[in-house]
Amino acid sequence: MNLLTTQELTAFYGDFQALYGIDFAIDEGEVVAIIGANGAGKSTFLRSLTGLNRVARDAIRFDGEPIGGRAPHDIVKRGIALVPEGRRLFPSLSVEENLVLGANPGRPGPWSLQRVCELFPILAERRRSPGTALSGGQQQMVAIGRALMSNPKLLLCDELSLGLAPTVIKDIYAAMPAIVAAGTAVIVVEQDIGQALRVAHRVYCFQEGRVSLAGDADALTRDQIAEAYFGTSHPIAEEAGHGIRH
Amino acid sequence: MASVIDTLIQGLLLGGLYALFATGLSLAFGVMRFVNIAHGDFIVLGAYVALAVLAVLPVPPLAAALVVVPVMAAAGYVVQRYMLNRTVSRDPLPALLVTFGLSVIVQNVLLEVFSGDTRRLDAGALATASIGLGDDLAIGVFPLLTLGIAVALILGLQLLFARTALGRALRATSDDREIVQLMGVNPKMIYGLAMALASATVGLAGVILGMTKAFDPLLGPPQLLYAFEAVIIGGLGSLWGTLAGGMILGVAQTVGFRVDPGWGVLFGHLAFLGVLLVRPTGLFPKTRDR
Amino acid sequence: MTNPHFSIQRSTRLSRFGLPAGLLLIVVLASFPFWGEADIMTTLVEFLYFLALAQMWNLLAGYGGLVSIGQQACIGLGAYALVVMASVVGLNPFAAVLLAGAVAGLVAWPSAKLLFRLQGPYFAIGSWVLAEVLRLVFANLPQLGGGSGTSITSAVMEIDPWWREALTFWTALLIGAGSVIAVYWLLRHKQGLALTAVRDSEAASESLGVSVRRIKLSVYIVAAIGTGIIGALIFLTKLRVSPEAAFSVEWSALMIFIVVIGGVGTIEGPVVGTLIYFVLRNFLADYGTWYLIVLGALAIGVILFFPKGLWGSLQQRFDLRLFPVQRRLKLESEPTNDPADKVNTPGQAFPI
Repeated sequence: MNLLTTQELTAFYGDFQALYGIDFAIDEGEVVAIIGANGAGKSTFLRSLTGLNRVARDAIRFDGEPIGGRAPHDIVKRGIALVPEGRRLFPSLSVEENLVLGANPGRPGPWSLQRVCELFPILAERRRSPGTALSGGQQQMVAIGRALMSNPKLLLCDELSLGLAPTVIKDIYAAMPAIVAAGTAVIVVEQDIGQALRVAHRVYCFQEGRVSLAGDADALTRDQIAEAYFGTSHPIAEEAGHGIRH
Repeated sequence: MASVIDTLIQGLLLGGLYALFATGLSLAFGVMRFVNIAHGDFIVLGAYVALAVLAVLPVPPLAAALVVVPVMAAAGYVVQRYMLNRTVSRDPLPALLVTFGLSVIVQNVLLEVFSGDTRRLDAGALATASIGLGDDLAIGVFPLLTLGIAVALILGLQLLFARTALGRALRATSDDREIVQLMGVNPKMIYGLAMALASATVGLAGVILGMTKAFDPLLGPPQLLYAFEAVIIGGLGSLWGTLAGGMILGVAQTVGFRVDPGWGVLFGHLAFLGVLLVRPTGLFPKTRDR
Repeated sequence: MTNPHFSIQRSTRLSRFGLPAGLLLIVVLASFPFWGEADIMTTLVEFLYFLALAQMWNLLAGYGGLVSIGQQACIGLGAYALVVMASVVGLNPFAAVLLAGAVAGLVAWPSAKLLFRLQGPYFAIGSWVLAEVLRLVFANLPQLGGGSGTSITSAVMEIDPWWREALTFWTALLIGAGSVIAVYWLLRHKQGLALTAVRDSEAASESLGVSVRRIKLSVYIVAAIGTGIIGALIFLTKLRVSPEAAFSVEWSALMIFIVVIGGVGTIEGPVVGTLIYFVLRNFLADYGTWYLIVLGALAIGVILFFPKGLWGSLQQRFDLRLFPVQRRLKLESEPTNDPADKVNTPGQAFPI
């Protein structure tokens, strides 16, 4: 049975429709990537899964139960955690306090403060610093650790690589196998297509609020992805296609 | 010389009272970013609740605080949860207007129930006791006690914020109301608890007010202004700053009063406006900009 | 899409009927002193000055984004300016009423420089502190009666009674109707468009070259002048000025409740609000302070459940505009349903 499915998921920001009927599924143990241009609706999708955006009740089923319309503090207790776009650490809290707060939902599981610090050793060193005094990459680690502290069954990662140097991005994604092995499925929203394809089993491509492509990461061709990403056979699509490595 | 020191001491002690008034205001602003116009009226309400308790239970006035504080805390929680939570948004106008409405309602309900006569909570021996300092100076015991209570309260709140899980949740909610939900924290409840905490301090302040001076239903607004001035002079976001601000205000008022009895409060206002002119962010500000 | 022909439509069906009717009402009212009863005239004067006060507060808060709890400063200043000019200097009281606005405006300018350092609720309370400072200053001036105040009966009694009542009424009519018309005129012009833009988004307006600071200052001073004139008129009718009464925060409370209940940011709102206030006050006249409690509770209820005020909510549902200040783009080739009017249509993708 799927861990999480969405059916005809639509979402609005006020009067603006951001998602038009998204069908999506992810199983336990999977890593699924969502790629797409800016404004395609990827972040909105993740926010809808966590309850930060209100959606219809039956639009999302998690562990067999409809969770649409539930409050975010309720959804995280059921086992969905989000690493928000832009990290969003709490400036008034230290690194350690940020992490400890992440455990607030009180779910049992393998992740603890100690284990998170094993995953990202730098956090143990800097644990008394204010959250925002760290470098971008370190903050990203704190954000991921904070989400892991709630022992989620499903981890949502929104644009992990945003604003980070390539080596830092590599280090962060290097942690992904350990996270999956500990029993958490992961949805990764990424603008870095190459990175997304490297880490994921399956890929969805969003375009202007709709799914334009879905398939196994290693089965999709460069041209298919470029067309799904941009929507046309466009010279830019050609060029972007060159950037995709398999 | 003695009268200068005496003025200074009286002013600092008065500052303790103002800091006590201001703590709840500072707390509410710190967590929820909103100013409760009814703050002063809630303090006066606290004094009246104490009055009602003392009419039934023959205990010393300070003991009435044991009832007043939880009652006010519960009232604050209910008001926040079911009324003020609806006004939480980037626009500060609705909260301001609702609390303004509450202020008018509280004043007039108190007028209807208790009439406009001035009342007092009889502090007995405490009210007049004083400690001698040398030949010329005497410090009132009760004002000193008030200052002590204010300091202890601020200390306690700092500890709460820095060391407890609730304090952590309060700080995080004040930082980022949206993301804190992802930590399993319900902001609506946190705001209710913050208001309950603020109202608890307001209840305590009310009991002290009642023991310090004669009060009537319309005494609220001046207390709001003093509390507000203490917070602004001290700087937003810092409880110790509020204490300092209260003391500066107290000294200004006492100096003014010594010059001419009609000028006490005026000097306080002018000190506030002066700080506003020279250091608009206050003397020890700590608040991050959103 | 062919070259669209368009016109800018300002009036609505209701306003085309409403405006001439309003003018007729003013003319009828102006003749009131010749045939009306004294009691009713007094009530009308009160209605008119409350309406004017509400319009001023609405201008400040609803259009200027400046929420003030300190407008009583201008009322008091106007009142005392009247005292000085009429009793001390010997000016005609009615001329003094109009000049009183200038006094309030002059004080408003430097105080704006100070108060504008505060934002939002802090500005609100700061304005209150300023009013308190003025109250205390005047209470400590024995030349003007100190704490117990002074009366201007002597200056006013020199005028013939009929003329006194009539002039008071006409001044009130001028101020009441005038405030409505002035605000309406202001908003229909370029300054008004800038004002609405500033209200909607300061950052965006700033980027378009609108000087936000200058506009807010202008609004603040205009409101101060208006409120000063009204304050002078109020105390002309009361004949006695005391710091307690002139600088009372209750003036702000009433202004705020009236505008909020009627509808902030609309011109018709204050009219509706003033009507409701008078009805409430009449009904509950025998119950002491209950009318204030009901007014306060009503205001809270409106803010929580009808944030646009009673008129504002009606306006939104039925699209009523008595004083139209919006500008609609009407495309000639389109049918009557102007697409620019369709704001809340979920499910329709807007091109970004």
